[in-house]
Amino acid sequence: MAEQIKKFMYINRKAPYGTIYAWEALEVVLIGAAFEQDVSVTFMDDGVYQLVKGQDTSGIGMKNFSPTYAALGDFEITKIYVEKESLEERGLTLDDLQHLVWEDEDEDWAEKDSIRLVSRAELGDVLAGQDVLFNF
Amino acid sequence: MSMLHLVNKSPYENGNLNTASSIMQSGDVLLLLEDGVYGAVKKGKASAMLAGHTVSVLGPDLAARGISEDKLADGVTVIDYAGFVDLVEKNDKVQSWL
Repeated sequence: MAEQIKKFMYINRKAPYGTIYAWEALEVVLIGAAFEQDVSVTFMDDGVYQLVKGQDTSGIGMKNFSPTYAALGDFEITKIYVEKESLEERGLTLDDLQHLVWEDEDEDWAEKDSIRLVSRAELGDVLAGQDVLFNF
Repeated sequence: MSMLHLVNKSPYENGNLNTASSIMQSGDVLLLLEDGVYGAVKKGKASAMLAGHTVSVLGPDLAARGISEDKLADGVTVIDYAGFVDLVEKNDKVQSWL
C-alpha cells in the first residue's frame, strides 16, 4: 500500500481548564504528529484562550499544560492558525499569546513564527483545503 | 434578601452570564469563577454585562488562565477561596447558573 500523506486539521474551540477538551486535543495532536502527516492546528472561539501566556494553575490544583504548545514546532507542527475575530471579541491581541516558533532546517535552522493570524473568511479557505478535520 | 449568583462558564460560549446579569436585583452579588472569569476582562465584549452590578472574581481561576488583575473591568473585586466562603455566608441564597 502506497504511503499517503493527508492534511490533518485539529480545530480547538474550548477554553483550557473548564473542560478536558483542550488537553485531550493537545495529546491527540502530538500522537498524530508521530504518523508523519501534514498537521495544522486552529485556535478559534474560546480556543484562543489556550494560547494565552502567563498561565499559573498552582491555585486550582490542575496541571498547567500550556508550556507544551511551545513544543509543537519540534514535532514539525508549524502551521498554527489563530482566528482574528475570536481574539478581538475577547479583547485579546497576538501580544497576549505565547510566541510559538519552529526551526527551518532548510534555512540553517532559522527560527520562524508558527502562528498565522487569519480572518474567519481566510480560515474558511484553509479548512476547505484540508483532508481530515478533528474537532475539540 | 440578597442572592449570590455564580457563573462558571465563558460568556462567549453560552448565555449564562447574560441571564444572570439581567435577572440580578439590587443588593445581589455576582461571582465569576472557572471559565466564567473570562467575563471580567475589561477589553472583552462581555464585560459590558457587568455594568451596574457588584462583581467578584475568583483569583486562582484568573491566574490559571493567565489573566492579570490589571486586565479586569473597573470595580471588579478579586477574591480567594476564603472570600468565596464569606460571600456564601453573607448572602441569603446562592444561585448557581450551571
